[in-house]
Amino acid sequence: MSIIIYIAVMAGVTYLIRMIPFTVFRKQIKSRFIKSVLYYLPYAVLAAMTVPAIFYSTGNIKSAVVGTLVAVVVAFFEKPLLIVALAAAASGLIADLII
Amino acid sequence: MQKEFKKGFSDGIPIGLGYFSVSFGFGILAMSSHISAFFAWLISATNLTSAGQVAGVEIIAASGTLVEMILTQLVINLRYSLMGFSLTQKLDSSFTTPKRLLLAFGITDEIYAVAISQKGKITASYMAGLIVIPFIGWTLGTIAGALTNQLLPEIIANNMGILLYGMFIAIFIPAAKKSKAVLVAVIISATVSVLLEYFFPFISSGFSVIISAVIAAVICAALFPVKEEEEEL
Repeated sequence: MSIIIYIAVMAGVTYLIRMIPFTVFRKQIKSRFIKSVLYYLPYAVLAAMTVPAIFYSTGNIKSAVVGTLVAVVVAFFEKPLLIVALAAAASGLIADLII
Repeated sequence: MQKEFKKGFSDGIPIGLGYFSVSFGFGILAMSSHISAFFAWLISATNLTSAGQVAGVEIIAASGTLVEMILTQLVINLRYSLMGFSLTQKLDSSFTTPKRLLLAFGITDEIYAVAISQKGKITASYMAGLIVIPFIGWTLGTIAGALTNQLLPEIIANNMGILLYGMFIAIFIPAAKKSKAVLVAVIISATVSVLLEYFFPFISSGFSVIISAVIAAVICAALFPVKEEEEEL
């Protein structure tokens, strides 16, 4: 399949997700259960995307584990996104050079 | 009007700088998935989202189905619907329908966070200004990452692959630290994701993310229903 079709579908879906409620939606969702699911969903999505994929993200599981641990610690202290991401990459690189 | 645009523009600068470096990682990821620099740029320019693009590239690389692509984008980016809805309560009368149609494109985690934290209502000019630098940072960073990938030594290029995952960690770890319920959601989702990966390897990564996240979110919604003030992400 052409990559253009993938990109068009991807962009179309993402745009509609943003546009529809922003432009059309006027009422609040009443169901507390649905609201709760929507509240937890983003964090659950990010966790599932990260684990276990992060351990294969550097081509070397040892440096990936080091990078992951450092990222978790830095994130725990609520540093900005950029700092956490760079700390993970830098520590993984250092681990690669030493080990 | 112009003053509002300028205010938004300058508020967007730190977001844009962050986006540049994160999308640098995306550009590298795209190249390693055999997607050209042009298409990597096109994905960034038309999607303007991190997690959705990473998942999308994984599906493209694996020659996944369009249904998988639609469902994955829907689940991963559904939070933008919540943010868009939340923002509607904050818009002043300058947000006509055409402006809403246009500016909806710029709803991202960080742009939403800055817009929603403004005092009082926001204007369409402010939001338009706010989107400019993040958009430029995101698209330029993607190209820079894709092009320099070939120039970087392999050991460095490989380690850049972790950048985007590091950013995801930076979002869910602080949230899990503040809320036990979010922590439970994160643990359940990560556990299911690992189990699917090792015991059901025929399930593609896109569907694996959807299954893991929905199971975790439904369990947590049943166990820990959110209070009214928590619902705005």
